[in-house]
Amino acid sequence: MTRELLVLSLLLPAVLFFSSCQSMLTSTVKATNHAEKAGAISASTAESIKKSTSAVSRSIEEFTPEQEYYIGRSVAAVILTKYPSYPNRPANEYLNLLGQTLAKVSDMPEIFNGYRFLVLNSNEINAFATPGGHIFITMGLLRCCRNEDAVAAILAHEIGHIQLKHGMQAIKKARVTDALTTITTESVRVLAPNEVSNFTETFGGVITDITTMIHSGYSRSFEYAADDAAQTILRRVGYDPNGLVAMLMVMGKNLKPGEGGGFAKTHPAPQERIDEVLRRTGGKYAQVKTPKARQARFMKAVGKI
Amino acid sequence: MSRIRISVLTALFLCVFSQPLFSATNEFLSVQVKQAQLRSTPYFLGSVKAVLAYGDKVELIEDRGTWKLVAIRKIKGWMHISALTTRRIVLQAGKVDVKTGATSSELALAGKGFNATVEAEFKRKNQDIDYTKVDKMEALAIKPAQIQTFLKQGQVDLPKVNVP
Repeated sequence: MTRELLVLSLLLPAVLFFSSCQSMLTSTVKATNHAEKAGAISASTAESIKKSTSAVSRSIEEFTPEQEYYIGRSVAAVILTKYPSYPNRPANEYLNLLGQTLAKVSDMPEIFNGYRFLVLNSNEINAFATPGGHIFITMGLLRCCRNEDAVAAILAHEIGHIQLKHGMQAIKKARVTDALTTITTESVRVLAPNEVSNFTETFGGVITDITTMIHSGYSRSFEYAADDAAQTILRRVGYDPNGLVAMLMVMGKNLKPGEGGGFAKTHPAPQERIDEVLRRTGGKYAQVKTPKARQARFMKAVGKI
Repeated sequence: MSRIRISVLTALFLCVFSQPLFSATNEFLSVQVKQAQLRSTPYFLGSVKAVLAYGDKVELIEDRGTWKLVAIRKIKGWMHISALTTRRIVLQAGKVDVKTGATSSELALAGKGFNATVEAEFKRKNQDIDYTKVDKMEALAIKPAQIQTFLKQGQVDLPKVNVP
């Protein structure tokens, strides 16, 4: 009996410890509140303890979809300040129909305000995605597409970047901690005007981190991961996964050495991506088979762009 | 006597170990997107039984992978996991439960942090940045019926339940 009790006395704290790591954080904050109320510690000490407790492990996962949406809106505004949009309703409606269909089979179909797609009036070959679900594709990149399956591959790749939170991962670690500490510890009350101003500085830094990353390019591993996500999305909805390789083949021809930034600057070379996609899927490229009606609507909306 | 002791200890052991199992599957979930649909089937084009708002709390009835059967105001329906969070979402600041010291993994304060106020301040400080095109981009709405026609015409379809 004594031995059994000994075992139990050892197990109980161990289990409680491992099962309540998360609630420990809450307990610390609660205990600090009590100590502050009892006058054992000052208000500034209490605030300091709460801040350091919550700053232990801050990650981008703690940002809510609502916050990602507001970050995304400003990143989108910066992109649309640099690039003119292509205000052609049929083309943009087609892109939204296709993109929103693809988003529904992604691993993250529901985001705060849904996915939106827009054509940019630029010859540069490029596409961008914001953490808020805004996806942009240039006319130059659309010209690399010979069918809907290829456009679907590009949009699915950008949805992949959002689903995998690649944009959010561009935020500098210190800024993540700074932002989340303010959001979670101090936001029990409405921020005073000077606090809003300070917090806007942090917000501006976040927007700069993400837009800088978008323009300089994600890492190769992020690009390949987005290609993987795209292949999964295409298969789930029934598009030909060869669409991605087909688009990359045309892009390889359209990209002239040393010309313009775009994909040439921000993505691995098309042939490298083709090799990687085929290596990962273990498949061989076969010409895209697309039904007549699908091809007709592609041609009508963006095929002659 | 020895058997009783073993049974008691086993029961105690299971009670302690079952704690994280129960706490990991919350009975209630909150809607974490601006607007979410409660559907009759676990399918994005399934008919809509109710439209839920950000912060609405739903009861978890059945778990089928990425789709959850939930209930709210006596209406049962299916929602995708990405529209839901185990965090409690508090729509207004200053409520008593906000002051209990809950962590960000348990609680989310709607409208806090990066929000419309911060965006307005950022806009004021960066007047060269134009949001009107973003607003226009977001205004383009696609109806479910359009997606249904699009799928049929393109000979593609959405899987009935998302592949895990």
